Amino acid sequence: MTQSLKVALIDYGMGNLKSIKNVIAHIGEHEVLLTADPVEIDQADVVFLPGVGAFGDAMKNLRARNLDAILSEQVLVKKKPTIGICLGMQLLFERSAEGGDHQGLGWIPGHVEYLDLPAGFRVPHIGWNDLILEQDNPFFAGLGADSNFYFVHSYHAICDPQYLLATVDYGMKVTAAVQKDNVVGMQFHPEKSQTNGLETMRRFFQWAQEYRHA
Amino acid sequence: MGLAKRIIPCLDVDNGRVVKGVQFVDIRDAGDPVEVAKRYNEQGADEITFLDITASSDDRETTVHMVEAIAAEVFIPLTVGGGIRTCEDIRRMLNAGADKVGINTAAVFNPEFVREAAERFGSQCIVVAIDAKKVSAEGEPDKWEIFTHGGRKPTGLDAVEWAKKMVDLGAGEILLTSMDRDGTKNGFDLGVTRAISEAVHVPVIASGGVGNLQHLVDGVIEGKADAVLAASIFHFAEYSIQEAKETMHAAGIEMRL
Repeated sequence: MTQSLKVALIDYGMGNLKSIKNVIAHIGEHEVLLTADPVEIDQADVVFLPGVGAFGDAMKNLRARNLDAILSEQVLVKKKPTIGICLGMQLLFERSAEGGDHQGLGWIPGHVEYLDLPAGFRVPHIGWNDLILEQDNPFFAGLGADSNFYFVHSYHAICDPQYLLATVDYGMKVTAAVQKDNVVGMQFHPEKSQTNGLETMRRFFQWAQEYRHA
Repeated sequence: MGLAKRIIPCLDVDNGRVVKGVQFVDIRDAGDPVEVAKRYNEQGADEITFLDITASSDDRETTVHMVEAIAAEVFIPLTVGGGIRTCEDIRRMLNAGADKVGINTAAVFNPEFVREAAERFGSQCIVVAIDAKKVSAEGEPDKWEIFTHGGRKPTGLDAVEWAKKMVDLGAGEILLTSMDRDGTKNGFDLGVTRAISEAVHVPVIASGGVGNLQHLVDGVIEGKADAVLAASIFHFAEYSIQEAKETMHAAGIEMRL
């Protein structure tokens, strides 16, 4: 019997909140709260950082709501299970080169750069790509040959292999998923990756429950 | 496997119903948009495109609700186009659960809108829809022009140059419809598809004219498209998405099966 989690879906004016809310509702076990409120975030079990758009704007929006400091305490001090999706994943790193040089949240060592691909590979990288597992992890194991997920992005994270859970082959190794302790990042959109996406979300919450109670 | 080519069924929605016409006239009813979207999701569609072909603002509200209803049950990417003229229109559709929006006529009248939209929402959700018609005569070098208003109004804009300009302004994807072929079932206009695919670095979705599964194969292999969009062959159950994927896979195209 799984225990219901309180999920703080961080509302900072960037993006796909509705789609993520829909998926969590569809999974059905957890309570999801769209919030930027420090008290509500503090009461939550899980921090969910969505994000669509530009890195610089996203950081500006987080800072304007003091969420960089609020979330850092939840993530680094209280060690809450945390997930960043797409741009939300890129924000987990120290810097990004998107539209200049921007400082990120810095929860995972590494930086974000433009997809500098060989000729013939189109950017944005849009569509379904199979994951290549870089190390054992609870999120993607055993999905088989059809471990495809939906990507749409022009930048990706560069980090030490110890944080790399999965990559995809798109003219080069493109970072698909990362983890450092309680912080997980997924470049693809699990909320838009049909069966595999739903399964991955279920597994993330299962991992979060175990992490909370470990 | 690397990046798969995509099959995108398209829902042309008028007054809350999926419809399909031949060259935008002679419309046939093809069902309830939510039911149709669910069916395509179950069949393994890679994305769904929802084109609102009604003009009135009352119906626009219906569209928002319909997008919400689809997004609550269908967990694959959803693009919404038709009548997207302002950043506020985009915001509403994204909030309703759309992942991308298609900008068509508004880009022609105000190209800067594409830049504004891409800067505000990111290129990854801005699809510029181009309706092109061949204007060169037999024997002349190929030339295609942009048309608006469902293919009725010429603009004098060269389609290939226009596609490049849209990408420079921030379009993350090009949805290319051949107005000569749309609804004809004679296959994509492979010439314009290839010309634009080779001219831009963003993905190109081929549209207009699919009548059989070989046409989808041709769009990718000869037209060099990254995705193929079709409506009537799927709506009226001539073929399933799964059959289409298997045919494309058998032709050597990377597909998500």
